Amino acid sequence: MSEKKESLFSKKNRKLLSDPLNDNNPVTTQVLGICSALAITVQLKPAIVMALSVLVVLSVANVVVSLMRNLIPSRIRIIVQLVVIATLVILVDQVLKAFVYDVSKELSVFVGLIITNCIIMGRLEAFALGNKPWKSFLDGLGNAFGYGWILIAVAFFRELLGAGTLFGYPVLEKLGLYEMGYENNGMMILPPMALVTVGVIIWVQRMKNRDLIES
Amino acid sequence: MDSNKNSYTFSFAAVMVVLVATLLSVAAISLKPFQDKNVEAEKKQNILTTLGIEVSREEAAKVYKEKITSSYVLNSEGQVVDGDAFTVDLGVELKKPLNEQVFPVFEGENNGEKSYILPMRGKGLWGPIWGYLALENDMSTVSGAVFDHKSETPGLGAEISLGWFQEPFIGKTIFDGTEFKSITVVKGGAKEDDMHGVDGISGGTITSDGVSEMLEERLSKYLPFFNKKISETIEAQADTLLVDSLQTLSLNTIE
Repeated sequence: MSEKKESLFSKKNRKLLSDPLNDNNPVTTQVLGICSALAITVQLKPAIVMALSVLVVLSVANVVVSLMRNLIPSRIRIIVQLVVIATLVILVDQVLKAFVYDVSKELSVFVGLIITNCIIMGRLEAFALGNKPWKSFLDGLGNAFGYGWILIAVAFFRELLGAGTLFGYPVLEKLGLYEMGYENNGMMILPPMALVTVGVIIWVQRMKNRDLIES
Repeated sequence: MDSNKNSYTFSFAAVMVVLVATLLSVAAISLKPFQDKNVEAEKKQNILTTLGIEVSREEAAKVYKEKITSSYVLNSEGQVVDGDAFTVDLGVELKKPLNEQVFPVFEGENNGEKSYILPMRGKGLWGPIWGYLALENDMSTVSGAVFDHKSETPGLGAEISLGWFQEPFIGKTIFDGTEFKSITVVKGGAKEDDMHGVDGISGGTITSDGVSEMLEERLSKYLPFFNKKISETIEAQADTLLVDSLQTLSLNTIE
């Protein structure tokens, strides 16, 4: 039981948090969770709400599955993981609807989208099934942050270039760009441009860290 | 215990299903009253918005009582029938045959202006869309509109629930003279002098079209009611005219 002595924030544990932010990012390196990155990055606000919801669901699901990891029969483990995720998502949705109705309206379709987010199941399968609850919790947090910042970065550019606003505030109009003949790029609000934006982020990341480039 | 045995797998699955089902049903049942209260308050809030009154969800019930003077339901011929307008679920009504459907009407007053508020419901891209349209006494001029949706795409179709989409409806007319025109959401923007069109949403064409179809379909069902109201107003005007001319006539005779 030497592992017990390991401090809560040892170097190894900190790496669990920081790795997914950059070199092992779930979106840009593992290319997971792309569908939601396309669907909800038209504006910043929903992107942030989605990032937060994924944060809650992923970290809790990781802990729950990690606690049950020795009980889950391996043949039905995928279904068990799915049940855990779906239950959490529905519970969160119900509670939001009852007590913070406005937030739940903001989330609308995203709640359902969380269930289909491959990052969550990917982390449960790859990490939580083989690790202790605290480590799984950190892993969940790290991956959710890694997913979240990409989401927010993409939404930032799409809202700014597509609609000329940030959080609905007309930034470009206030800067007087339209008077100089600038026009919004309507293509940015369509899903394909989200993919291109993610592609650009991946490009920049691999330019900086050449180890990521597959031979 | 061998966790690879069939019996273990089955019992694990069974226990898990029962546990999860219990958990979810308990959560759903115990939270239902809170959720219903929110939905009801929001409906009142929406109806009040068409009158130009902005209230918080907490105050909605109180203000609703003051401002909504009466409400009733109509049958497809425009006659008032028994029923509570507020609890009518259009999602259910729309599935019934036309002669069994009921059509709710809310009458409200703000700043001395009377409005008739009609609930709407139709299809968006991903799910239902709904809203309320307030008409002035002439049964043609729109005095307020509010729309909402279940699951339209944020930033695109979901924009129908925002002010910039709803405000242009105000002042538009659903009749051109006596001809029913409804109001159309125009892709690429409505012409400035178009009395029956408002700007569409770029990237949200299917939802925009859904709004047009919803208005056309719902409003056309109220035509018998509109005609009755319009002829009532004309009669009332005719009456006052008649009284006026009689008065002048009698005055002239006395002279």
